[in-house]
Amino acid sequence: MDLTLTPELAAFREEVRAFLAAHAEDYAGGAAREPLAWQRLLIEQGYAARTVPREYGGYGAAPDILKGRIIAEAFIAAGAPRGIANQGVSMLVPTLLEVGSEAQKRRWIGPTLRGEVVWCQGYSEPDAGSDLASLKTSAIEDGDDFVISGSKLWTSTAHLAQMMFALIRTEPQAPRHEGISYVLIPMDTPGIEVRPLKTMTGQAEFNEVFFTEVRVPKDQVVGGRGRGWFVANTTLKHERGMLGDPNATEARLNALIELMKTETVDGQRIVDHPVFRDRLMQLQARVFAMKFNGLRTLTDETAGLARLVVKLQGCELNHQLAALAIDALGELGVLYQDGPHLRAKGRWQWNYMFDLGLIIGGGTAQIQKNIIAERGLGLPREPSPAKA
Amino acid sequence: MRFALSEDQTLLQDSLRRALEQVAPLERVRRFADGAEATAPDVWAGLTELGLPGLLIDEAHGGLELGLLEAALAAEALGAVVAPAPFLGTAVLAPLALKLAGSAGQQAKWLPKLAAGEATAGVAISEPIAGARDGAGVEASGGRLDGTALFVIDAPGADLLVVADRVGGLHLVEAPPGPQPMSTIDATRRLSEVTFRDTMAEPLASGPALERLRDAAWVMLAADTLGAAQTMLDRAVAYAQERRQFGRVIGSFQAVKHLCAEMAAELEPARALVWYAAYAFDHAPDEAPLMAAHAKAHLSEIGRFIARTSTEVHGGVGMTDLLGLHYWFKRIGLNRQLLGGPERVREAAAKAQGLSAV
Repeated sequence: MDLTLTPELAAFREEVRAFLAAHAEDYAGGAAREPLAWQRLLIEQGYAARTVPREYGGYGAAPDILKGRIIAEAFIAAGAPRGIANQGVSMLVPTLLEVGSEAQKRRWIGPTLRGEVVWCQGYSEPDAGSDLASLKTSAIEDGDDFVISGSKLWTSTAHLAQMMFALIRTEPQAPRHEGISYVLIPMDTPGIEVRPLKTMTGQAEFNEVFFTEVRVPKDQVVGGRGRGWFVANTTLKHERGMLGDPNATEARLNALIELMKTETVDGQRIVDHPVFRDRLMQLQARVFAMKFNGLRTLTDETAGLARLVVKLQGCELNHQLAALAIDALGELGVLYQDGPHLRAKGRWQWNYMFDLGLIIGGGTAQIQKNIIAERGLGLPREPSPAKA
Repeated sequence: MRFALSEDQTLLQDSLRRALEQVAPLERVRRFADGAEATAPDVWAGLTELGLPGLLIDEAHGGLELGLLEAALAAEALGAVVAPAPFLGTAVLAPLALKLAGSAGQQAKWLPKLAAGEATAGVAISEPIAGARDGAGVEASGGRLDGTALFVIDAPGADLLVVADRVGGLHLVEAPPGPQPMSTIDATRRLSEVTFRDTMAEPLASGPALERLRDAAWVMLAADTLGAAQTMLDRAVAYAQERRQFGRVIGSFQAVKHLCAEMAAELEPARALVWYAAYAFDHAPDEAPLMAAHAKAHLSEIGRFIARTSTEVHGGVGMTDLLGLHYWFKRIGLNRQLLGGPERVREAAAKAQGLSAV
């Protein structure tokens, strides 16, 4: 256990801090003034797409998790927006790097990293949620093309995306895990219809996507025909790491502490109320535990179980932080959308509702518990139902 | 930067675990818990061979000169087997008190004996930390102590007592008055009541020593709970893999599997919190009071959850004396209340970051 930085890392931290100080005007207020230009600048500096090879549009540094950590910490401390972390950058790019063809890497990684191509993820279906391998959206072969029909659900950013990476059943005769391919689909292909799905937040964060005889060249398959299930599993691990990110949780805790120090009831600060203070301290301990757990997963090869619990614990904790914020706001906590008494533009209320979706999405809490029990603790899998 | 145990630290814990299998198997714990022995000298002798009493004592005084993280790893190993050993008082708090506030003479007199296992020390610091109950508390005046200290740690057979008075001053009492056993739920360790009547005491230097002792004690109790809770989880998982009902092992039912997953999901991040709190005690003193408080309070909460959940996974037999699971259950229960329950400790956490008006 040694948490001091080597001189090289300490110098690197200074370099990142100096960059952020010099560019403070580019992100005044916490958002990039010109997001695409900001992203290009970050890639040039090596603060985004750091380890993606140069020939594919990244910075090309050797993997160094501690430098990655230093960048993340410095950006959070400065309130600076990180590089783009949408599903294209976080999930598609690592997948292409791992199993994509040379042509696919050259065609897609650069524009995705630069934010020029936005992706959506076509995995879940109305009848294939936790049991994703039962998905039915399927392709019929026609010469050099696949002709795809079916529908996808919970597709965030489908209304903005130019491209989708999707799981499609291309081998109807194969066993269910082996009949799926990972296919890249342009969203402007005739036969695709996107319908916004309004959630309890009042907004449409997700979409339904319908495919009617959508024609896609066969060379848009990534990682080989029938290999889609295994390709997708390499990506899911990236998604789960992102969903439980302790840096985001710590930022939310800090916002909650600020809220409780500034809001008053009958002139008394919320944080001076012993019950609220106690609840805050309970959550702070959990946030610290997840923060150090996250640090540990970077450098401790014995931390397998510590990695498996991140999605479950992180998403639950985020939700509880939002819940305490709403309780601290009291009657003000029911305000929403607009109005002179609304706090933080209703962000806490939105988080409280939307984050329930993150507990469910990306592998539900119950699926996470199965994974922890089976892969982490070695408990037996649920026996398959007897064949009728 | 490396957030992981070093090879030496892992080795220390492994050799301690192996020694404990020999000197403190469950039969030995049972004999101590069910009997009237005030101490288990054979267990302590076995641990002394490994140098455990001198863990924190500097090499010049015959110790190993290691840090609080190593002590926390030892506490975890002891908690894992609910060992009857005077570790907290004799090997951690008394040496720290001497190190932080003892004169050169006091250190030279006691530290080598403690390090060699030739003397043991008790610690009476409950009242100024957890609050005074039933009129307890010690007054110091003119080199003499008067009053009663409750929940005194490692007092039976101790050659030396470190005593905190009502206002937080620390004193050394040689040849202390005989302790009265306090019968607690946790029979694997002995807590005592000690009454001082015009008892001779040497003052230790004034300063923030008591707060440092408190932080160290909180980290140790958290680490002890970490070890005990890990054992309860491991035993629940093992039991769920062998116990069959409805033609299947019960660990294949999600209702049981999810209880095990929830325990693991709570415990694994808590391990990192305990490590960090122990590390901070030596290497990030500004953060130490906050982290020690969070470690103590958080491990109290998840310790309670795991103690009851593991028992539940075992079904009815978990309640019985046959398995002995209750020793762990009760050890975790005592760690939760000793030197302050979680509500009180969280107040200290708030205060440590300026969030508490009091």
